Amino acid sequence: MFKLEKRPQQSQKWIYLSPFLAVLITMISGGILFAALGENPFEAIRIIFWDPLFDPNFASYSRPQLLVKAGPLILIAIGLSFGFKAGVWNIGAEGQYILGAIFGASVALAFYPMESKFIFPLMIIAGALGGFLWGLIPALLKAKLNTNEILVSLMLVYVAESILASVSQGLLKNPDGYGFPGSRNLQNYESAANVEIIANSGMHWGVLFAFITVIVSYIILTKHIQGFNIQLTGQAPRASKFAGVNPTANIVFCLGISGALAGLAGMFEVSGPSGQITIEFNSGYGFTAIIVAFLGRLHPIGIFLSGLLIALTYIGGELAQLMLGLPGASIQLFQGMLLFFLLATDLFANYKVKIGADN
Amino acid sequence: MYIKSVIAGAIASLGVAAAALAADVKVGFVYVGPVGDYGWTYEHDQGRLAVEEHFGDRVETVYQELVPEGADSERVMTQMALQGADLIFTTSFGYMEPTINVAKKFPDVKFEHATGYMRADNVSTYSARFYEGRAIQGHIAGKMTKTNKVGYIGSFPIPEVVRGINSAFIHARKVNPDVEFNIVWIYTWFDPAKEADAATALIEQGCDVVLQHTDSTAPQAAAEKAGGVITFGQASDMAMFKPMPRVSSIIDDWAPYYIARTQAVLDGTWTSTDTWDGIGPGMVGIGEITSAVPADVKAEALAMKDAIASGDYHPFTGPINKQDGSVWLAAGETADDGTLLGMNFYVEGIKGDVPQ
Repeated sequence: MFKLEKRPQQSQKWIYLSPFLAVLITMISGGILFAALGENPFEAIRIIFWDPLFDPNFASYSRPQLLVKAGPLILIAIGLSFGFKAGVWNIGAEGQYILGAIFGASVALAFYPMESKFIFPLMIIAGALGGFLWGLIPALLKAKLNTNEILVSLMLVYVAESILASVSQGLLKNPDGYGFPGSRNLQNYESAANVEIIANSGMHWGVLFAFITVIVSYIILTKHIQGFNIQLTGQAPRASKFAGVNPTANIVFCLGISGALAGLAGMFEVSGPSGQITIEFNSGYGFTAIIVAFLGRLHPIGIFLSGLLIALTYIGGELAQLMLGLPGASIQLFQGMLLFFLLATDLFANYKVKIGADN
Repeated sequence: MYIKSVIAGAIASLGVAAAALAADVKVGFVYVGPVGDYGWTYEHDQGRLAVEEHFGDRVETVYQELVPEGADSERVMTQMALQGADLIFTTSFGYMEPTINVAKKFPDVKFEHATGYMRADNVSTYSARFYEGRAIQGHIAGKMTKTNKVGYIGSFPIPEVVRGINSAFIHARKVNPDVEFNIVWIYTWFDPAKEADAATALIEQGCDVVLQHTDSTAPQAAAEKAGGVITFGQASDMAMFKPMPRVSSIIDDWAPYYIARTQAVLDGTWTSTDTWDGIGPGMVGIGEITSAVPADVKAEALAMKDAIASGDYHPFTGPINKQDGSVWLAAGETADDGTLLGMNFYVEGIKGDVPQ
């Protein structure tokens, strides 16, 4: 009855249409889910998508929080998009995020309690370096030994988590913390605190960095030769070789840049919203950013928007739990649906649906 | 769609207004696990339900489950405060700094943080002396193990967990000088897959008793599958695994505390306090000791429970040496709360190191 026919070329129309369609189908299916749980589906969807932005009670707090939540997602997703375009699959941003946080916090704690305006810039450099070095491991292993970067970068997340657990209880442990794990709180250390640039706006230095990164990557991808090389390598690996693209340099660039940006995100998080290195410091930004990158079509502007949207579902989802007493799992399911339907609707970019029997 | 959302909004705000009129006090709960974990979070939620039942319409409760420790929890607490909560219980160690931060922004809202050590004018702390229950577990474990190997699933190497290991070990050794503890750390409070893996690994190493300081029933299921292994319910009774593998349990009973604190807010008598109650006041309960335990062992365990409850016996009574052989408590000396709260060392006889 239905038949899928491969399109000779990806449909540009569907590439841009499918995220919107996916969001719409998610709303409908989510509504059915919430109705099955005995809640008014319109109310639930309104609380998730509308209330964080416009509810008189919450909006003044949730709107800035949206930026706080979206900032690291956008920063990481932009980095990932370079690699994903070139066919270099960095799945380990979560680990690079952790290492960036550890490097950044280490610099701060090494200077504690000295106050100096050079500390924060040094932390930024250290954070980027930490993530960069952690991203470099799968890059070099792939370039030299042809290992699979998906597996190596993913496995390094677990190594990073173990390092995080170790430093939380040892190297970076707060000496005034009664033996409990966790570092000093950097929010209380003026020179190292990643503060809001404008009070109560949610706009901390990391969010500003994320916005700058969106602009810079847009320029690189559209105007710079490196952007061309990346896209070419992804679309036509053989042609790119003839064009003189050095594949090793390309892998190192992609994993290095995504590692550095993930590391920066970790640094801004540990010195800002989170404040301290703890065993449970990482909360999945590195993985969620993969969804953000794809939902944003690997395009800087798209990533910017999808980062905000995913942040909205988090904050709205929390509100829905609170206001309606919805189970936490139903919100996770709702977010999962979004990726699921995106993958499903992406099918139409590559395939045409033919209705009717023909042989 | 627009009209619908306006109508829905109007209905919702009417509902909120009605609720606000009905209830004198709104109490919020922040949970680290799902309410259906049948362990730690489940018992806190039972406490919440007890508050609802006790006060009826005078009190409204809200909760949020699966809240990650760290920056996310700060937002959840803030939203609860914005929503009008008067009293907020934050029920995991990792919520400590976020609780303090949010409490600063809402001086009129009372906060209660479980298992931490930071307080403020509007932040109390509360915890239970779980180590009292661990002593009874250790006694039963030492008596019942045939392989002399007891497995212990540790969550995070924080004082509370280390204290439990020491208490169980001391009492197991007392009745069985050959007993050894195999301790694994899994760095999570709730992860059924990791907990099951840890339990299975311990059983394969020859442990026929598995103790856990994690919140799911996965270790119980793993023990049931392996057969011949005994376990204890953790935080909650976990009665569905009776009579084997679960032979007894430590039950956290938060209900009386939650009711008392809510009452204090209603009366306007709430003040910042530090509560650390054990078996005596009923914050720690010992679940039914099943028929799988020999009658004499059961009788001894119950006698110990009574002695602890009446204050005649302190589970940390000297002579006890630290792991390195140095004297910690002289004969007859009991541990002071300060040392217990910061406990980061093993007692003599435990192999391995507290992860640093």
